[in-house]
Amino acid sequence: MKKLINNAEDVTLEQLKGFGLAYDSIDVHLDPNFVCVAGGVKDRVALVSGGGSGHEPLHGGYVGMGMLDAACPGQVFTSPTPDQMVAACKAVNGGKGVLQIVKNYTGDVLNFQMAADILRDEGIEVRNVIIDDDVALKDSLYTAGRRGLGTTVVAEKVCGAAALEGYDLDQLAALCKKVNTFGKSMGMALTSCTTPQNGTPSFELAEDEMEIGIGIHGEPGTTRSKIKSADEVTEILANRILEDEAYTRNLSEWDAEKGDWVDVEVKDIVFQSGDEVIAIVNGMGGTPLSELYTVYAKLAEVAGRHGVKILRNLVGNYITSLEMAGVSITLVKTDDEILRLYDAPVKTPALRWGA
Amino acid sequence: MADALAGPKTVTGPMIRAWIETSAEVFAANRGHLSDLDSPIGDADHGNNMNRGFNAVLEKLPEGDDIGALLKSVAMTLIAKVGGAAGPLYGTLFLEGSKPLMGKTELSQADLAQFFEDAIAGVKKRGRSDVGMKTMLDALVPASEAFQAETAQGGEILAALRAAANAAESGMKATIPMQAQRGRASYLGERSIGHQDPGATSSYLIVQALSDAVEKASE
Repeated sequence: MKKLINNAEDVTLEQLKGFGLAYDSIDVHLDPNFVCVAGGVKDRVALVSGGGSGHEPLHGGYVGMGMLDAACPGQVFTSPTPDQMVAACKAVNGGKGVLQIVKNYTGDVLNFQMAADILRDEGIEVRNVIIDDDVALKDSLYTAGRRGLGTTVVAEKVCGAAALEGYDLDQLAALCKKVNTFGKSMGMALTSCTTPQNGTPSFELAEDEMEIGIGIHGEPGTTRSKIKSADEVTEILANRILEDEAYTRNLSEWDAEKGDWVDVEVKDIVFQSGDEVIAIVNGMGGTPLSELYTVYAKLAEVAGRHGVKILRNLVGNYITSLEMAGVSITLVKTDDEILRLYDAPVKTPALRWGA
Repeated sequence: MADALAGPKTVTGPMIRAWIETSAEVFAANRGHLSDLDSPIGDADHGNNMNRGFNAVLEKLPEGDDIGALLKSVAMTLIAKVGGAAGPLYGTLFLEGSKPLMGKTELSQADLAQFFEDAIAGVKKRGRSDVGMKTMLDALVPASEAFQAETAQGGEILAALRAAANAAESGMKATIPMQAQRGRASYLGERSIGHQDPGATSSYLIVQALSDAVEKASE
């Protein structure tokens, strides 16, 4: 293992200390660990997310005006715990409730649900929306379901703007669910990655191999093959996304009337000719930007061939897997509401425009 | 079958405390084993997480013999300290199990059967899971069923707990040929077959620890 660290046990803590020093607009709290907007939230819904560390800038880098109000970082590739989420939600609760945006990984989902239960017992209204946009997985019946990828970034941006506009908690949860059903992603890896605590690569990938459909913790994908060209890889990923059939699954959500968690059937959109989208070409942490632009060029062509127009784009590192080389593509269908909120001003460490 | 060995008629607060202490010892001893099991189908941290969790449980365990309070304390500490999926699942197990036991300083055999049932119902609901999916439940559900079957046949607490531990061990081993349908292992599909589930293993260890602690206390 060759890493710029001091001690493997201290990486999350040391990273948080540096993050806090780097940004005056963000407060860092330790034990339990969370980061939040300095000055708190007043008289609107607060937006909170979190997940394992190692995916930076997700989620701490998206804390700030017009996006998240707080983020809970776990240890590297390990879900944060409910005490962190409870403390973060209390710190930013502005009296109008808290929306939690949760990527679909078993640990994240269960810990956020427990946190929501605890907060509700303490009188704070909480909704919890799951993002599961990874089209690499076809099936939800025999797996934990599709994983959360780049649509998370768009959901955090759009919902952050909506919270500032004064959406109430139910409206904000409905918007977040819409973005999830409008967004599809898929990734691939050229190299593996090594967590500091394990010290050895999460999986083995030979010099001439690639893995299509990789998860952000190095979970296995759909196919492993000899490496292909950027154009071929982009074709594979973009076509899978653009031609993905209507995905239907049950997601757990809080039913305020029943006072219990219930399974709700959720169905994704299918991309149609004439659709307009936000596109993300995301590096996994170890991919040169030059290669990502090469992918973007091909993506624009493939989308065009499907009659899908890219209205906005992000090209860079937005949801990473430590030093992994590879790429993930995300397309989120827009409508007037999503585009207006996406274009609204945002000022966070990793995303800023109009402010 | 009824056990010839005379055991306790109730499970007391000190026995529950001994169970928790035994569990912590067992997780310290099996830390590497559990993480090794987790390596091929998970992220190789289950042993470390359970060991860290139960160490914290011992530090925070309250005084007194209120069994509900003891078990709730276990739940809250595991929730905060274990992380991953195991933290909320074991937290839910102890939290749901503790609810009807608040204020009780000793448990009847029926109380213990109820504890198993409530705990398992909580895990099933939280994990949206059931037996056969290669999870903790593959050890816990057979344990609960064996406890009830032994009780129905007139077996006393210790005999029922031994039967539960044996069933949990068989259930744990039965996860080896299963294909995982929940958690990170489920993404491996068929590649998850042939590996013993680390969650079923830690669940067996906890049931075995209960049986051992009660047996030791009644010697």
